[in-house]
Amino acid sequence: MEALDGNAIGGLLIEVFGAEMTTTRGTCVHCGAEMQMAELIVYLPAPGTVARCPTCKDVVMVVVDKRGIKCVDFRGLAMF
Amino acid sequence: MAGATVLGRLTWQVATVDEVVEETPRVRTILLDVPDWPGHRAGQHLDVRLTAEDGYRAEREYSIASAPGEPVAITVERLDDGEVSPYLCDELRPGDGLELRGPIGGYFVWPAQDGGPLLLVAGGSGIVPLRAMVRHRQRSGSEVPVRLLYSSRSLEDVIYRAELDELGDSIEVVHTLTREQPPGWAGYARRVDAALLGEVAWPAGDGARAFVCGPTSFVETVAGGLVEFGYPPRRVKTERFGATGR
Amino acid sequence: MSFVSRGFRGRRRDSGADPSRVTPGQYVTEDFPVLSAGPTPHTPLDDWTFSIVDGDERKSWTWEEFRELPSKTVTADIHCVTRWSKLDTTWEGVSVDTLLDEVATEAPHVLAFCDGGYTTNLPIADITDGKAWVAFGYDVEPLDPGHGGPARLLVPHLYFWKSAKWVRGLELREEDEPGFWETYGYHLYGDPWREQRYSGD
Repeated sequence: MEALDGNAIGGLLIEVFGAEMTTTRGTCVHCGAEMQMAELIVYLPAPGTVARCPTCKDVVMVVVDKRGIKCVDFRGLAMF
Repeated sequence: MAGATVLGRLTWQVATVDEVVEETPRVRTILLDVPDWPGHRAGQHLDVRLTAEDGYRAEREYSIASAPGEPVAITVERLDDGEVSPYLCDELRPGDGLELRGPIGGYFVWPAQDGGPLLLVAGGSGIVPLRAMVRHRQRSGSEVPVRLLYSSRSLEDVIYRAELDELGDSIEVVHTLTREQPPGWAGYARRVDAALLGEVAWPAGDGARAFVCGPTSFVETVAGGLVEFGYPPRRVKTERFGATGR
Repeated sequence: MSFVSRGFRGRRRDSGADPSRVTPGQYVTEDFPVLSAGPTPHTPLDDWTFSIVDGDERKSWTWEEFRELPSKTVTADIHCVTRWSKLDTTWEGVSVDTLLDEVATEAPHVLAFCDGGYTTNLPIADITDGKAWVAFGYDVEPLDPGHGGPARLLVPHLYFWKSAKWVRGLELREEDEPGFWETYGYHLYGDPWREQRYSGD
């Protein structure tokens, strides 16, 4: 299956962070690359949504829907 | 938080289907009456949610096909093994309700005041948000020069074909038909590659803003090609769609 | 009452399936959805190995060595935590017992590791005594890369995220260390009959 990008999780990011996030910039904690959230590589139909750094491909964010409650782990990203 | 905008709550609401327009044998535009629509920007999308009687749900995202100020519309391509698109293309009819939320997106948008020149590159149904940008350009009175490079399988698959043919001189539309061409076709007849891109794209020095939309592999080939030509990466915006059965 | 989309039925769902085979909260599908947390790896068979790792010790098989091991056809129902179940799937694989027979261990846990970095944890009791295989064939064909080929773990009695795609080995462990999905909130064990989807269930 082909990956998508952060545009595909625009609605999810608003749900989770409470604000439009596709233009928010972040730094990958694994490789230091900087990107906008829209530029993340996103894998959607999985037990959770997985976002990877476009440069090093490491996981930067995971969102799991636990019976309607979205749990987000974004320890792979430093956002500013 | 940087990048946050004041939104109003992003909640699901039920819109009513006003009209459906069969664009091609596989593609339909759905015009919607959305109560309390806050307006949208060219390039944004909305999320659609279908719920079956037993509670089973499916959610998909569709780019808004209409310009700011026009009634909300989405254009949907029927995927053979799709779950949502066959419903939207074959079953949904005027008067039906459609649950949606939006508008969503702040990255892949072109407000007319951002200027140009514009390079719009579409693969298949990637034309949808770019068409919204073109319509916005026309409605806003903007005169920025636009080049639209649009890759389709065949002439029958070109979405909004008549509309694109009638755009006038300041918008150059270049088609490439990758699988089948009509007799006498003098245009491009292959997938977009570096050479084709080089012949169509504004030179890097022109300061063009590029928007590239379509299947992931198409977007990556084109965006990579533009950056190779010298387009600054921040001037090349991309939106990847799921596989469209090319 | 929430909105219902007139005339929408969703994916073909087989309501004719024997309900006693369908674990709670699932629907039966005839499709075989491809779910992934990352790109499909493509390790050449010449470079492929399967290893059992115990501290500093490692027992490995090359692809040829692996394919020379006795294998069998397995028919199983599989249950994905995303709520689809698929009945009577058929696989060709090497029993994990066959692999573990070559290693003397009393470790209670394993962490399966895979190309692409995916991991999942399992009690060793759940991958022995004929409960698990390293599968290289699906439905009479070599296992497709999209579905985990050249080889994946197959542990049908647990939710299918435990049947790790692109598996390259098992690390023997004293402690139960959460793998990828377990770290992000999924259940450490994952019994579909007790609907153990998320941690805390």
